[in-house]
Amino acid sequence: MDVRRNWQDLPDAEGRFGPYGGRFVAETLMPLVLDLERAYRAAQTDPAFAATMQDFWTHYVGRPSPLYFAERLTDHHGGAKIYFKRDELNHTGAHKINNCLGQVLLALRMGKTRIIAETGAGQHGVATATVCARLGLPCVVFMGATDIERQKPNVFRMKLLGAEVRPVTSGAATLKDAMNEALRDWVTNVADTFYCIGTAAGPHPYPEMVRDFQSVIGREAREQILEREGRLPDAVMACIGGGSNAIGLFHPFIADENVRLIGVEAAGRGIDDRFEHSAAINGGRPGVLHGNRTYLLQNEDGQILEGHSISAGLDYPGVGPEHSYLADIGRAQYLSATDTEALEAFKLCAKLEGILPALEPSHALARVGDVAREIGKDGLLIMNLCGRGDKDVFTVADALGVKL
Amino acid sequence: MSTRLASRFAALKREGRAGLVAYVMASDPDHETCFEILRGLPAAGADVIELGFPFSDPMADGPSIQKAALRALKAGGSLKQTLDLARRFRETDRDTPLILMGYANPIESMGYEAFAKAMAASGADGVIIVDLPPEEDAPLRATFPSSGLSIIRLATPTTDDGRLTKVLDGASGFLYYVSVAGVTGANAATSAQVRAAVERLKRATDLPIAVGFGVREPEAARAIAVNADAVVVGSAFVDEITAGPAPQAVERVLRKVAQLSEAVRSARELEGTPA
Repeated sequence: MDVRRNWQDLPDAEGRFGPYGGRFVAETLMPLVLDLERAYRAAQTDPAFAATMQDFWTHYVGRPSPLYFAERLTDHHGGAKIYFKRDELNHTGAHKINNCLGQVLLALRMGKTRIIAETGAGQHGVATATVCARLGLPCVVFMGATDIERQKPNVFRMKLLGAEVRPVTSGAATLKDAMNEALRDWVTNVADTFYCIGTAAGPHPYPEMVRDFQSVIGREAREQILEREGRLPDAVMACIGGGSNAIGLFHPFIADENVRLIGVEAAGRGIDDRFEHSAAINGGRPGVLHGNRTYLLQNEDGQILEGHSISAGLDYPGVGPEHSYLADIGRAQYLSATDTEALEAFKLCAKLEGILPALEPSHALARVGDVAREIGKDGLLIMNLCGRGDKDVFTVADALGVKL
Repeated sequence: MSTRLASRFAALKREGRAGLVAYVMASDPDHETCFEILRGLPAAGADVIELGFPFSDPMADGPSIQKAALRALKAGGSLKQTLDLARRFRETDRDTPLILMGYANPIESMGYEAFAKAMAASGADGVIIVDLPPEEDAPLRATFPSSGLSIIRLATPTTDDGRLTKVLDGASGFLYYVSVAGVTGANAATSAQVRAAVERLKRATDLPIAVGFGVREPEAARAIAVNADAVVVGSAFVDEITAGPAPQAVERVLRKVAQLSEAVRSARELEGTPA
């Protein structure tokens, strides 16, 4: 349990969170990730970098996002007070932009002139395209051909923002293949290109860097709840795909031993050996993919499996390495919710709170009642509402058998 | 290090020529066809064999080897099957070094110690793991030397002098120079660039230097073979599998190997200057 004493020191110099993380990349990329780490360290201690971030957060993104007491949902569940951290109110409609701003500003500092990114549902692609438009950098977004078909509105959005969306047809043509293709582009365009990774995964320093940029969520939530309730919450909750919104919320609370950290993975059609889910921690085992060691969906030969979730943003066969570590040492707890449970939670939130949540946080919403009741009436719980549901109305209509 | 690799490179030096390292993907397009290709490689002119083990997410590979990996997986290919092919090949050939090449996760999944044991038992001589840089290959280094197996490291156009020291520390067998920043089978570097890079590497190490990535045609192979110790060709062979009717796949691959081998063998005669 050293993490409670040394949590600020993780990852270590090799980018490890216990056995997880690391830099599992082709030799061509090694000098680049080492260079990125040096540039990030320099930016971290530069007040001008922090000031620029702060300025964009305040005036462009709309931070701090509110901490909202979900009164009717609290009454409905009859347990702890449920607060929403409203990161769905950010510009572009999700938490993704917190990280994109940080990475693209870092790219500018490094003198890079071209940004590449991968995207599954299109949220990270839209956020990256947005920041690139604002900062005047060309942006290429790799997206699986299957996802392009499923997420047409976001594809159009990215194009409107001036990004080139490059369809990926290799493998299964979904998020993991888009990430493979982005890595292939990076290894080919080593001199001018910055790879803006969308989640707290990939080779070191990405998991640390993305976590740090997303930690604004947890820092604000901590301050806001102290101001509002005069004490820390009993639990903080978030959905887990790669886990960037969750690690951003968790991290400022890791040292607070009495605050439970609860992640909710996508159980898809159920966690069993059909692998029709995206629950890497609950239904996978450790392995190496996309530059880091972490829990993965894989077969007995170490081949990566596709997985499934109704939420395209959670549909990834891995998870950020820090979550793997927090799970192993028992500091965080990882639950799961099925497609059906997420849909029910989506409907409930819309009806009771007047908020259409994205399908990603709907997974956390699906477990929030259980946790609230377990904590009990006097308790406090914060759930990160990390994205808005406008992008999901077609998927939800389809799942409910409604023709639009 | 593997004695087979050492003797092969010593023999090439005596003959005053570069060697051809021929890459094929295990179980592509199926186990038996792949075995027939493997068995025919030495006679077709392959001096060293690189046997790829398939991975679902080959991040450093271009379209040719990506497709080969998918064909292999579809045919039931796996790390275990790859080791079995290596073993069967070794029963037919005692002298040609055979290197396994692929990505870390199938090995992680098997376990490094189990992998080293299985490799030694199969008669394979070394391994190249694309996404296991020196910073991450400690578990392999812990098990390999005692098995007499080589860990083949990669140097690239982005490897500066400081990095090269790190790459060479613990490297054995030969040094694989990735001649272009990019994926396998993509654009080739110019011969002048490759020559300069090989000269630089030779100043830093006594290990033989094999040059690969983007070498598809005899002309390019010939140019590299003038001063490199070996030329690695993969995508060009793998493409032959599907370049015509399935029953002639073995013949097509071996014909291409012979063509590239001839170019590599004759490079220094034509050049008139030994390296």
